[in-house]
Amino acid sequence: MNLQEFQAKQLLRQYGVAIPEGEVCGNPADARRIAEGLFAAGAKIVAVKSQIHAGGRGKGTFKSGFQGGVKIRKTAAEVYADAEAMLGNVLVTKQTGPEGRTVRKLLITVAPNIQKELYLAVLLDRATSRPVMMASTEGGVDIEEVAAKTPEKIIKETIDPALGLMPYQARKVAAALGLRGDLLGQGAKLLAGVYRTWWECDASLLEINPLCVILTNENKTALQAVDAKLVLEDNALYRHPDLQAMRDLGEEAPLEIEASKHSLNYIKLDGNIACLVNGAGLAMATMDIIQHFGGRPANFLDVGGGASQEQVAAAFKIILQDPNVKGILVNIFGGIMDCNVIATGIVAAVKETGLKLPLVVRLEGNNVTAGKTTLAQSGLTIIGGDSMADAAQKVVKAVCPA
Amino acid sequence: MSILVTPQTRVLVQGITGAFGARHTQLSLAYGSQVVAGVTPGKGGQVFDGKVPIFDTVAEAMKRTGATASAVFVPPAFAADAILEGVDAGLDLVVCITEGIPVNDMVKVKRAIAGRKTRLIGPNCPGIVTPGTGKDSHGGCRIGIAPGYIHKQGHIGVVSRSGTLTYEAVWQLTCRGIGQSTCVGIGGDPVNGTSHLDVIKLFNDDPDTHGIIMIGEIGGAAEEEAAEWVQQHCKKPVAGFIAGATAPPGRRMGHAGAIVSGGKGTAAAKIAAFKAAGIAVATTPSDMAEALLRRM
Repeated sequence: MNLQEFQAKQLLRQYGVAIPEGEVCGNPADARRIAEGLFAAGAKIVAVKSQIHAGGRGKGTFKSGFQGGVKIRKTAAEVYADAEAMLGNVLVTKQTGPEGRTVRKLLITVAPNIQKELYLAVLLDRATSRPVMMASTEGGVDIEEVAAKTPEKIIKETIDPALGLMPYQARKVAAALGLRGDLLGQGAKLLAGVYRTWWECDASLLEINPLCVILTNENKTALQAVDAKLVLEDNALYRHPDLQAMRDLGEEAPLEIEASKHSLNYIKLDGNIACLVNGAGLAMATMDIIQHFGGRPANFLDVGGGASQEQVAAAFKIILQDPNVKGILVNIFGGIMDCNVIATGIVAAVKETGLKLPLVVRLEGNNVTAGKTTLAQSGLTIIGGDSMADAAQKVVKAVCPA
Repeated sequence: MSILVTPQTRVLVQGITGAFGARHTQLSLAYGSQVVAGVTPGKGGQVFDGKVPIFDTVAEAMKRTGATASAVFVPPAFAADAILEGVDAGLDLVVCITEGIPVNDMVKVKRAIAGRKTRLIGPNCPGIVTPGTGKDSHGGCRIGIAPGYIHKQGHIGVVSRSGTLTYEAVWQLTCRGIGQSTCVGIGGDPVNGTSHLDVIKLFNDDPDTHGIIMIGEIGGAAEEEAAEWVQQHCKKPVAGFIAGATAPPGRRMGHAGAIVSGGKGTAAAKIAAFKAAGIAVATTPSDMAEALLRRM
C-alpha cells in the first residue's frame, strides 16, 4: 500500500525523525493560510508540493499546461495561485504514465536552506532475507543511476532482525555519509528513527531522497528528511488498522478496487485480450503466452484456488468494464477446483452479461470432461482450447484475424 | 527414489480443524499419505474424521505418533509461530502452505531457524508430493494442496514457485508416461525457507532423479543463483520456464515475491541466466516437458 509524502512524514515525525515544518491542504485558501503561518514563523522560502503516489513531480507537467508539480515560493499569494492551478488538475510525470494523476492534496512546507543532499532507504534484501539500510552521499538524484554508474557510492548495512539497527551501525552509516561532529550523533539518531519507522510500520520500502544537511535560521547545521516515500507491506496491513485507514482509494484503479472487494487479484494492463486464470504463476504465464502469439493482454486476473460461481461472474463483469477488451481467454487448471464448477460459472456469467466477444476456454484437470460437456451443451459460442498454447493462439486469431 | 519425503513419511497437520486444513487432510488421506496426527491448540484429545488423533502441541503429537513432517495450514497471523513451534519440537520438515504471512514475520522466522535441523518449505506454497505406485499415483506422500492424481511415480524432479504452473508441468510429463521423483513447491513469497537451488542440490544428489524442471517467475534472484550453480555442478539435464515476461514493473503480480523492483528481477534476466547456464528454456508453459525431454 502506497502512502503520500505528507503521511510518510507524519509517521517519521512520530518516530523522532526531523522533517521540515508543514501541513497538508485541499484548497487554495488553506494553502495560503498555511504559507502565511510558515512565513510568520521565520521561513524564507516555502515549497508547494503535489501529493500523488508517484515520483518525478518537480519535473512533471499538468495537462492544463502548468509546469511543475513542486514549486518554490517566497510569498503566500504565489502559493495561493499555485494551489488554484494545481488542485483538481492532472499532473503527468515520468512515473505516472501519460494518463497522469489528479492532484487533490498539496503539502505546504518550509523549503530549507540545503547544504548537502544525501540518500537513505530501508528495504528487504532478498538475497539475505534481512532488512538492509542503503545510503549514499549522492542524494537528490535517481538512485538507480548512482547504482549503475558509481556503485561504490552506495553504502549497504544489513540489519539482524533479532537485534534491530544497533547504534554502532547507525554511527557507521552516518560516518560513511560524511556526517561528523554534532551531525554524527544527530545522524545516528535519525537513521535509528528511520529504521524503527520501517520496522514498526511493516514497510516494504522507506526512501528518503533527499535527506538533507540544512542550515537553520540560526545558522546551525541540522539534518532533515526533505522528501519521503513509504510503501507498506500488504500482508501486514491487518495488524495496522491506523495505517490501513490512510489508504487513498483515489490513487488506485477503480476496477482493481472493485476486484479486491470480491477477493479477486486483478491488475489492469493496456491490451485487448482479457484473461481469467486460477493461480498467480499460471495467470502471469497466460499473459505471457498471449503476447508470445502476437496478442496483447488486457489484464492479470487470478481467481484463486476456490473460485465460486459468484466470483467467476464478478470476474467477468470486471473484465468487461474495460472498454479495450475485444476477447477473453479463460485458462483453468483444476487441481482441487472442479472444472464443471468453473464451466457452470462461465455459462451463467456469459448469459448474465450478454457477452458477444470471442471467448476461448481452456479447462484441464479435475472433472474436465463434465466441464467441457457443460460448455458444449450451453448453446453459447465458446471456443475450446486443448492446451494453453492452442487456447492462446485461438484467442489471438479471434481478436486479430489478420 | 525421492527427496525430502517418501510414501512412509509420517505427517502431522497443524491447523487440521480449520476448513482449509481439514479438506486437504482428507485429500491426503484419500491419496494414501501417512497423516498420523493433527495439532490444534485446545482440541487435543479429539479425533479428526474418525481416523487422525488431534493434539494440543506439536511436541506431544510427535512423541505419541512418531511424526517427522508437518503441514502448516494456520492463518497468516499465527503461521510464523506455528512454524517456529514445529522447528522447536525438532521436526525434520515443515511445509507452510499459508499465503499472506507478513514478510517481517518470515524475516524473523528465518533468522530464528538458522542452524536448526528443520527444513522449512514455503510459505505460500502448494507443498510437496512424492508420487506413489498405485492408481493415479495413490500411495504417495502428499503434503499440501496439489492434486494427487496428476502425478506418476518416476524420475523427474520438479521445483517451482507457482502451484498451478507446477501442475501443468507435472501433467505434461504424466500424459507422456514420464513420472516424477518428487515435486516441490517452494512458494511465491519473497522470504522463504527453501530456494530453487536448495532443491536442485537435493535432486542432483538423488540417484533416482534423472532430470529436473525448474519453474520461476519475476522478482528476486533465486533463479539466477540456481542457474549459476547448475552450470558448474549439476550432473543432470535441467529445463526451465519463467513466468512474468509481460508483467509491468513495480506491481505485485499475485505472489508477494513476484515484483520487478528497481529494474531487478525481470523475466528477461532470468531467461538469459538459464540460457547462459545451458538450461533448456521452455518458451511457453505448454513446452515445459518437451524442453526437458529434448535434453534427455
